[in-house]
Amino acid sequence: MSFDRLREKEVAITGIGQSEVGRPSSKSAMQLTVDACREAIADAGLHRDDIDGIVSWPGDNNNGDAFSPVGPNALIGTMGLKVNWFGGGYEGPGPIAGIINGAAAIAAGLCNHVLVFRTITESSRRLVDKTASALTNKTVGRDTSFFWQWYTPFNVLSGINLMAMYAQRHFYEFGTTEEQLAQIALTCRANAALNEKAVFRKPLSMDDYMAARYISTPLRLLDCDVHCDASTAIILSRRDAAKDCKNTPIRIEAVGSALHQPWSWDQIDLTGMAAQDAAAMMWARTDYQPADVGSAQLYDGFSILTLLWLEALGLCPKGEGGRFIEGGQRIALNGELPINTNGGQLSGGRTHGLGYVHEACSQLWQRAGARQTRAHDVAVVAAGGGPLAGSVLLVKE
Amino acid sequence: MKRKLPALTAESSPFWQGGASGQLLIHFCEDCDRFFHPPGPICPRCTGDRIAPRPVSGKGKVATFTINHQRWQPDLEVPFVVAMVELDEQAGLRFVTNIINCAPSAVYVGMRVKVSFLQQEDVWLPLFEEDL
Repeated sequence: MSFDRLREKEVAITGIGQSEVGRPSSKSAMQLTVDACREAIADAGLHRDDIDGIVSWPGDNNNGDAFSPVGPNALIGTMGLKVNWFGGGYEGPGPIAGIINGAAAIAAGLCNHVLVFRTITESSRRLVDKTASALTNKTVGRDTSFFWQWYTPFNVLSGINLMAMYAQRHFYEFGTTEEQLAQIALTCRANAALNEKAVFRKPLSMDDYMAARYISTPLRLLDCDVHCDASTAIILSRRDAAKDCKNTPIRIEAVGSALHQPWSWDQIDLTGMAAQDAAAMMWARTDYQPADVGSAQLYDGFSILTLLWLEALGLCPKGEGGRFIEGGQRIALNGELPINTNGGQLSGGRTHGLGYVHEACSQLWQRAGARQTRAHDVAVVAAGGGPLAGSVLLVKE
Repeated sequence: MKRKLPALTAESSPFWQGGASGQLLIHFCEDCDRFFHPPGPICPRCTGDRIAPRPVSGKGKVATFTINHQRWQPDLEVPFVVAMVELDEQAGLRFVTNIINCAPSAVYVGMRVKVSFLQQEDVWLPLFEEDL
């Protein structure tokens, strides 16, 4: 792979914002979104009229589903935006696709300041219907989804069955254990205890973890992220325009969005996933090395995915993820590689993607309060599982 | 629980209906001399048209599996085993299925299995059981 010009470096994060993280929230999805977006715009030192691009993943897909109730189309009108570029949609490099697409739009010269946002209200929805998110309910009648149709006839009603099979394969190939995997959940909980916005903050022990019921072996209830109602917003700016902003710009040093395998949950590499493609692309676009990373915010929709991202990103050798996290010291706040410092989605709340970017910036700008790690300038964010994968390397200038 | 059934297309119906004649049918590319799955109108490797469903032995091994314990719908019977079975015909040729007719706790990675069709309406689901 070779690139003549690495134009994502011309883009920087200049502001962040987040609504309350409710379980549930009494606010509307649109109110949560506006709360996050106004905070992010103000944080950047910008005004509403400076925003000339807007993007979300996955957007509202024309159905207002609680997985993504607000998309760019609706928000443009609500906030009175006048944009030169906007976009959404599920098909892209996973939950941080909005960051990647927004950076691409700025690099292409289509806009100067992009509002990236992601709203989710799955907590409210589950109060009404606990089975609403079953995969069999994504289509009416026969399954017409090009990928779910290969799984739902076998009573795969939740993505966890697929992720659990990645975990089982990793355990088989590399000798990873449940006690090792537990460290993802335990680390997130310890970090969440220091984050007042986190959903679950009570201390969690190894005994608590091992006593938790299995949902889909070897994954337990505590290996699953926690639904919430929240919105997160990130402002991307052209680097020369970022100079006028309030915060020290955080450069998009490199983007990973590659997919060199089928978009499929069972035809991809079971322990490398699409993550290995995205990560390889990201590192090919920078002189930085994995050893330069000061903190990592790695997708934990299910705990095993964090472990697989650690390996895919080269933060530990392939197959060594279990041994790398064993005991938890390396990945703790004061460890050599702090991960999911706000409690991740396992304990912080399933803000789904942009929460990781928000936290990475909070750490780089040293705004993380009680959960602040030692000062560092390089952070990695990676999100997605299976065929969904995107990563960004962030550098504070 | 009544299973969710797939919509049948020109490409997918051989896989889902091969069981009517007791055959597991997997798409095969004449030019690559390779099977591919899921089925499509062209070979994803060479993009050629010389493809057709071809019977396979229906034998393979468990590449990975999980025991599902969560009752996602009120009438879902648990626990049950979801697995990816790799067919003997070709390394990496696999799909998601269920392992049946044994205790869930008896399933392991590498377990030898053979196909056992379950008919529901016009679909013959290729499930697998231990190949003793």
